[in-house]
Amino acid sequence: MTLSEGDLAAIWLTLRLAGITTVLLLIIGTPIAWWLAHTQSKWKGPVGAVVALPLVLPPTVLGFYLLLAMGPNGPVGQFTQWLGIGTLPFTFWGLVVASVFYSMPFVVQPIQNAIESLGPRPLEVAATLRAGPWDRFWSVVLPLARPGFVTASILGFAHTVGEFGVVLMIGGNIAGETRVVSVQIYDHVEAMEYAQAHGLAAVMVVFSFLVLLALYTWNPGKTRVGMP
Amino acid sequence: MSASSIQARFRLAYPEFTLDVDLDLPGRGVTALFGHSGSGKTTLLRLIAGLTRAPDGHLSMKGEVWQDGRTFLPTHKRSLGYVFQEASLFPHLTARGNLLYGMKRAAERLDPAALDHVIDLLGIGGLLERRPHQLSGGERQRVGIARALAVKPRLLLMDEPLAALDLARKQEILPYLERLHEELDIPVLYVSHAPDEVARLADHIVFMRAGRADVAGPLSETLARLDLPIHLGEDAGVVLDAVVTERDEQWYLARATFTDNPDAGVWVRDSVNPGGHAIGHPVRVRILARDVSLAVTRHSGTSIQNILPGVVETLADDNHPALALVRVNVGGARVVARLTRRSAHDLGLAPGKIVYAQIKAVALIG
Amino acid sequence: MQPFRLLAPLLALLLALPAQAAEVNVAVAANFTAPMKVIAAEFAKDTGHKANLSFASTGKFFAQIKNGAPFQVLLSADDTTPAKLEAEGLGVPGSRFTYAIGTLVLWSAKPGLVDDNASVLRSGRYNKLAIANPRLAPYGKAAEDVLASLGLLAGARKKFVMGENIAQTYQFARTGNADIGFVALSQVMKDGKLISGSGWIVPANLHTPIRQDAQLLSLGKGNAAASALLDYLKTDKARAIIRAHGYEI
Repeated sequence: MTLSEGDLAAIWLTLRLAGITTVLLLIIGTPIAWWLAHTQSKWKGPVGAVVALPLVLPPTVLGFYLLLAMGPNGPVGQFTQWLGIGTLPFTFWGLVVASVFYSMPFVVQPIQNAIESLGPRPLEVAATLRAGPWDRFWSVVLPLARPGFVTASILGFAHTVGEFGVVLMIGGNIAGETRVVSVQIYDHVEAMEYAQAHGLAAVMVVFSFLVLLALYTWNPGKTRVGMP
Repeated sequence: MSASSIQARFRLAYPEFTLDVDLDLPGRGVTALFGHSGSGKTTLLRLIAGLTRAPDGHLSMKGEVWQDGRTFLPTHKRSLGYVFQEASLFPHLTARGNLLYGMKRAAERLDPAALDHVIDLLGIGGLLERRPHQLSGGERQRVGIARALAVKPRLLLMDEPLAALDLARKQEILPYLERLHEELDIPVLYVSHAPDEVARLADHIVFMRAGRADVAGPLSETLARLDLPIHLGEDAGVVLDAVVTERDEQWYLARATFTDNPDAGVWVRDSVNPGGHAIGHPVRVRILARDVSLAVTRHSGTSIQNILPGVVETLADDNHPALALVRVNVGGARVVARLTRRSAHDLGLAPGKIVYAQIKAVALIG
Repeated sequence: MQPFRLLAPLLALLLALPAQAAEVNVAVAANFTAPMKVIAAEFAKDTGHKANLSFASTGKFFAQIKNGAPFQVLLSADDTTPAKLEAEGLGVPGSRFTYAIGTLVLWSAKPGLVDDNASVLRSGRYNKLAIANPRLAPYGKAAEDVLASLGLLAGARKKFVMGENIAQTYQFARTGNADIGFVALSQVMKDGKLISGSGWIVPANLHTPIRQDAQLLSLGKGNAAASALLDYLKTDKARAIIRAHGYEI
């Protein structure tokens, strides 16, 4: 089984996309998860629902609306043009933005659950021991909710790798820029190049299996939270 | 307004009750916040720690404002130590890591010698490398107390530190708390609903009921009041400070003479340790109202050894209609007796009457 | 015995109906969706047969038919896939014919951007050029031919954004994300006029013709509705519908 140069480029692009998306999601998703875990605001329900929307929306629907929103006449597109960076569809960073939306629930929800099961007590203890808010996050929340963060990272990464419908909608299939592995496989199938499709698909299957194996062995469900 | 005390004024409405307190708490010694669960004790403690916010509260700690209309010092900037009901040790750190957590962050902290002393005082020297899940409940709580002390707080807050422990564990920790009581020179607010803990540890007591702090004062004086907002029932009684003045080694008894009346005292069981209680050692005796009976003449031929002459000060009904509480002044010290109302009537008890308080049992505490 | 006298002719009628009015499962290339819906309705009215239409890309149909999908007729978007099916024994030999010839148009959602000389292509003043993936879609292949004929392929390639099919290519241009795009005339024409925007109908001599072939599949052999449909596509009535949707024939 040999992979073509195009296949390798698609794999590298996919890993880059998933890696950057995961890092951004941890940065963006953690405060959202924190807020959802702690707020008593009436906006908790609506915000939680919006975050979870990609779980139920067909990717093509999400992709289509992103295409409209990020296009030259859409609100996001107007904004990015005003910033002087043009429009996002057909660019790598457009895929990053789309993936952040698409994979958001897979990152926010595990972190939210971990923080919720932590409860307020460890933070209160830390406060009585002179730890300020940031300090409390790094020294208490992060180590105690680590299984949630690990799960969130793995799911966010894996889900972005498996993304297809959204990329198809806003990617424009540009080699090295938006042609990720799933699109490359689709192209092979559509072009009736079944051998190449098999090769690349096998890589995906092995990769997905290894990710899930890591998730289940390294982080076996028993989120150690709460305080003795 | 005193720069040596803790002033706390809070009002906070909850669905079940409204906490409404205005307290001037002593700046030294152990003050017990005593009341039934749901009376607002823990809430008050959390308000003082800044863990719960009351918008219009006021709190000053020995002249330093922690909260008023303009300022709200967040918890991590208040010089306090907090011991939670469950030890709440960080599970990702060893016992030592827990101790060092606050020390690393506090502006003031114990010097190494003082830390060793606290470790020694709480008997946790051998536990420091263990993880919280490798410690028993009592051991965890001792580490939790040491952790709170390691930041050299100006105020120690303890929220029912023994409530989550079984009787044996309680007995294991109480001596440590008594040693703390003797050695600490910072004020301690100690939340409890257990009269025996309060009797052993507190110097002052605040009675809390339905969000209000009705009665507050020095422990022995306050416990001798018959108008307490909480009916203590079987636990009604007094706590008296005393000094060991005499020992009867043959019968393993020691004489505890009241600090308030050097002419009066009671015989108590001496310590079985070699040498027993040292002469001059300060002790506390607890005399429950149910263990005191009254006679208008001095009886002989009774098994009761502790009989104190005194004057009836006041009478009050107890919570059962058959029972009455009578406070007797025995030369400055006060004891409370619980009798049936019929006995009180038959004996013609009234303020000013001379009686003999026959004390059936005395508990020596600390 | 009495009821049978009534029941027998009724039964005969019920049994006879399918023989006259049959059903056919048709795999229709996505770009031919609109005209085929009209044709199928007319076909049902005129013949009593029913055509069940499925729409997808030709590549997908190929994979499905190879794996036993229950289609009797394929209306392909190209002329190579039907030939391939026939070669693999999945199509009935001799049944293949061109039912429509696609017309390529360079189109923009912006009025006035595309003129009759396609000068916008030469000037390069556009952000992106949407084309269907040339590996997958005949319209994409034809678009590449056009750019090559004009000597503009190398420059334009850098601005390609590729749709997986002609419908997605149209979407890129329609939403304005790509300034211009090579799409099917059938997508932007109604009643002989552009629906909106501006366009240049590409002269047929600039690219190989986009022949869309129909094929009777092995499963459709002997199916009355299948052969009736293929015949119907050759009628003047059907061809008028096809032309009205921007195809040649």
